[in-house]
Amino acid sequence: MRKLLTSQWTKVLVFAFCLLPLALLGWAALHNGLTANPIEYITHTTGDWTLRLIVITLAITPLRKIVGQPDLIRFRRMVGLFAFFYGCLHFTTYIWLDKFFDLHDMWKDIAKRPFITVGFLAFVLMIPLAFTSTAGWIRRLGGKNWQTLHRLIYVTAIAGVVHYYWLVKSAVIRPLTYGAIVAVLLLWRIADRLWTKAGAVKEVPAKSDPQKVQA
Amino acid sequence: MLLRSQSPSDLSSADVTPRSVYLNRRKFLQAAGLAGASILAGRWLWELAEPSVAAFAGTKLTVSSKSPFSTTEKLNTYDDVTHYNNYYEFGVDKTEPAKNAGSLKTYPWTVSIEGEVKNPRKISIDEILKLAPLEERIYRHRCVEAWSIVVPWIGYSFSEILKIAQPTPKAKYVAFESFYDPREMPLAKYAGIDFPYVEGLRLDEAMNPLTLLCVGMYGETLANQDGAPVRITIPWKYGFKSAKSLIKIRLTKDEPPTTWSRLAPNEYGFYANVNPHVDHPRWSQARERRLGEFFKRDTLMFNGYSDQVASLYNGMDLKKYF
Repeated sequence: MRKLLTSQWTKVLVFAFCLLPLALLGWAALHNGLTANPIEYITHTTGDWTLRLIVITLAITPLRKIVGQPDLIRFRRMVGLFAFFYGCLHFTTYIWLDKFFDLHDMWKDIAKRPFITVGFLAFVLMIPLAFTSTAGWIRRLGGKNWQTLHRLIYVTAIAGVVHYYWLVKSAVIRPLTYGAIVAVLLLWRIADRLWTKAGAVKEVPAKSDPQKVQA
Repeated sequence: MLLRSQSPSDLSSADVTPRSVYLNRRKFLQAAGLAGASILAGRWLWELAEPSVAAFAGTKLTVSSKSPFSTTEKLNTYDDVTHYNNYYEFGVDKTEPAKNAGSLKTYPWTVSIEGEVKNPRKISIDEILKLAPLEERIYRHRCVEAWSIVVPWIGYSFSEILKIAQPTPKAKYVAFESFYDPREMPLAKYAGIDFPYVEGLRLDEAMNPLTLLCVGMYGETLANQDGAPVRITIPWKYGFKSAKSLIKIRLTKDEPPTTWSRLAPNEYGFYANVNPHVDHPRWSQARERRLGEFFKRDTLMFNGYSDQVASLYNGMDLKKYF
């Protein structure tokens, strides 16, 4: 298992998997598969995948600990960057195909429409995370600061779910499903922290854990 | 024979395309489990099927006149209008109704007219088809989600039905109820709205000649996902007002509770007139995307039907009664 997770090929495979939704969109575009409202379809598909990949990045830490596979961390940055990539596509379809680069109209939308406001917030908060995703930036900021900064992904995930929830007319089951998954993943973190603290009180002295930076 | 009880003279064989006869015959064969039946049985079924084709999807309809209400704008394609639908009983994604609505049995079909009427009655789809001359009406159709289409509907003014039913003086509103059967519509439980779907109009709105009792489009009967076999089409209101697959028309004294308005009264009003100046709380209604067009276009007051309907709302605050 370890060998599999640390193999360079697995990384290539994950990379290809992350590109698959885009490839499918391209295929649909060439085969008349974007429905009668292609702009809406592209907007929804890129939005869906942004949220899905955010959920996957959030699942990596719990999964590492639960199944005891710390090497899973190798994929987190890539998946996170792909979430940002699809977020960029999603935002681009909105600003280009929906607003036609009318910035004034866009700002009016962001100020007036709560679902656009939270969506925009979710997107903007991903920018510093993508920018500081390199090893160099972890060093520059220091592990602790870097980790604090990257907790912004929790806000992005919640804002993303709210954005989806406020968008639908009545079929709330899908956004609520994402909401439930994000809630579980965040509650696990709280529980894990309380658990670790309780453990630390008993087991003096608490050693500094090199993997903690990645939690 | 039961199916011949209607006068057969109204639909001549010229009205029937071979394809639809074939399809209907096939349907009957499948339904009876007689796919391998003898020639005799096949012939009997053919006779049985022939008079019934009137109400099936894809059957040609004879249109007696073009309507002066028709727009000259470019039609959307049949493919667009049948593959991009809101019909939540068959799934909430736009492409789902086209896949799932095939299970809807649109023949035989009866619409019950009841409530505050002198002549409550049940009326069959065969009667509906010949109650008044069928007109083609090319209407703009504007969804509350800010997209729009142009469709050549077929039908006649809804007021023709009211002529038969004769509303009592107490009747002030009309409620339209759509067919609902959870067994045929398994996805409905995920839609987040209550069924059966109910919409409504004020009586004077229903009497307006633009309000269309619609039985077809593009020269033939309605596709199931577009509301077969009979729906209401109200071109100056958001699309959700135009209830599909009607089984009940009820005249009432009071404003009937309607599906979307009950779900979110702050977002969907009873009137739901197309109005670029009154936004949906969550999105703008100022512009719309005509399917097939790249750029959005401005939305028109009453969807461009002000001349016909603006007077219905004289003195009303349309921001309050949205």
